[in-house]
Amino acid sequence: MPQQIPHVAYLELGDSPHLVANECTTCGARYFDRRNACAKCFNNDFKKAAISPDGILKSFTIVAFAAPGVPVPFVAGIIDCNGTSVRGNIVDCDPTPEKVSLGMKVRLTTFSLGTDEDGTEAIGFGFAPA
Amino acid sequence: MASDDIWILGIAMTKFGKHSDKDIVDLGSQAAIAALADAGVTMADIGILAAGNLMGAGAGFGQQLQKQIGQTGIPVFNVANACATGATALRTAIMAVKAGEARMGLAVGAEKLSGAGLLGGGGTSKKSSNTFEPSGRFGSVLPTDGRIGTDTMPGTFAQIGMEYGHKYGGVSFELFARISEKNHAHSVLNPMAAYQKRFTLDEIMNDMMIAYPNTRPMCSANCDGAAAAVVTSGEVLRTLSKEQQRRAIKVSASVLTSDPYQEACQVLPDVNTLTRNAAIIAYEQAGVSPSDLDLVELHDCFATAELVHYDNLMLCPEGGAVDFFMSGATWRDGSTPVNVSGGLESKGHPIAATGIANIWEVCHHLRNEAGDRQIKDAKVGLAHVIGLGSACGIHILERSGL
Repeated sequence: MPQQIPHVAYLELGDSPHLVANECTTCGARYFDRRNACAKCFNNDFKKAAISPDGILKSFTIVAFAAPGVPVPFVAGIIDCNGTSVRGNIVDCDPTPEKVSLGMKVRLTTFSLGTDEDGTEAIGFGFAPA
Repeated sequence: MASDDIWILGIAMTKFGKHSDKDIVDLGSQAAIAALADAGVTMADIGILAAGNLMGAGAGFGQQLQKQIGQTGIPVFNVANACATGATALRTAIMAVKAGEARMGLAVGAEKLSGAGLLGGGGTSKKSSNTFEPSGRFGSVLPTDGRIGTDTMPGTFAQIGMEYGHKYGGVSFELFARISEKNHAHSVLNPMAAYQKRFTLDEIMNDMMIAYPNTRPMCSANCDGAAAAVVTSGEVLRTLSKEQQRRAIKVSASVLTSDPYQEACQVLPDVNTLTRNAAIIAYEQAGVSPSDLDLVELHDCFATAELVHYDNLMLCPEGGAVDFFMSGATWRDGSTPVNVSGGLESKGHPIAATGIANIWEVCHHLRNEAGDRQIKDAKVGLAHVIGLGSACGIHILERSGL
């Protein structure tokens, strides 16, 4: 079986792919990137916290004009996953204002982003209408 | 006037637009020399220079400028603070005067952005090998822009406007386009604007889509320009001529904030909390309320941004920005004229110049020198900028009353 690698370290692959945040053990603030200390309370102890794959689309834009190499149009969104805000593309859905709406229910989905010369496949994530 | 009040003694901006025959130092010099002349002083009077140029940050723009306008050995602060660079330069000069370290300060912001195209999108980066290796703070094996949301400015600010809609309702593509319609209509009266073309609502909505709901005319215009201001204290102003005192504009509030932690700020920059925080401090410092403002120049880098700042600046009740705009309040004949200069969408947005040029616009009205676009009997105005990342500068200005 070819090896897989997540697009970003905060995507956990496996039977039920989901996002994982670094959660501050003092105040509960969640971060997807590596942090030196908590931006909210300055503590520097974190634990892993699984993020719900289900969410509500609380903002979006349909990008029609992007940097070279970025395929357009695509829908960029901000998803409220049970209290944690997540950034991701809205996929499996026409990128039109008629098909994408504020407040719509979405669910995390994963897909291949290509394979490198060692045969490792990168797996990305997005959110599809639920 | 109280000794420790801060006053703008002179202020100037170049016309915004394409200046292909001038470099950044030419533009900065032109604005600085004009601001000094407007103030009735020379470089010999200036005790501190704060100089902003974002795209060339690190090149020592302030020292380059001194070689052209006066090399007097005073301290130079080269500042860079995203789109709040100009306001930050002014704030720096004000702090030096307020601290008693300088009798007069000069703040300059200049930028060349004509033809700069799309800002913010990272796109694909060249890789040295063809194997996936996690890198950076997200441990990403491929670029994230376009694959996990967008880094582009039009897309980011589109989401900021749409988020307001999710929270309070009432937004639509047409609503945002109407905000742009207003600013372009205002620009027709501003000869300093890069673009002075009035658009119909249909023209705006049918123009090239950049990031829904922002079409091209709903985005700030990349262009060249510079602006500069001379600031001094009340104590010094008292020793100057009656004419200088009459034209001086009081800086009733000068505030700079950054974005405090908010739950979602790691996925969508929060331009709201730091603006509201700065506004609260500014109104308190100035002892004025939003209803006292005769005009507001706010950071409409995109039409979607203008809407949220009505609320952040408390020009309307919380959640009431849509109704406030639809009431006509922010047109130049409304109760709180917003962006009578045409705003960044038509006047243009040469980044480091913007945060001083918006103050020039307000001063111009307070001095009753704004010609055809004069807001009649303007006494108090507010200028606001946002730099993504984030920084917010707010200045409240009042005419001298002499």
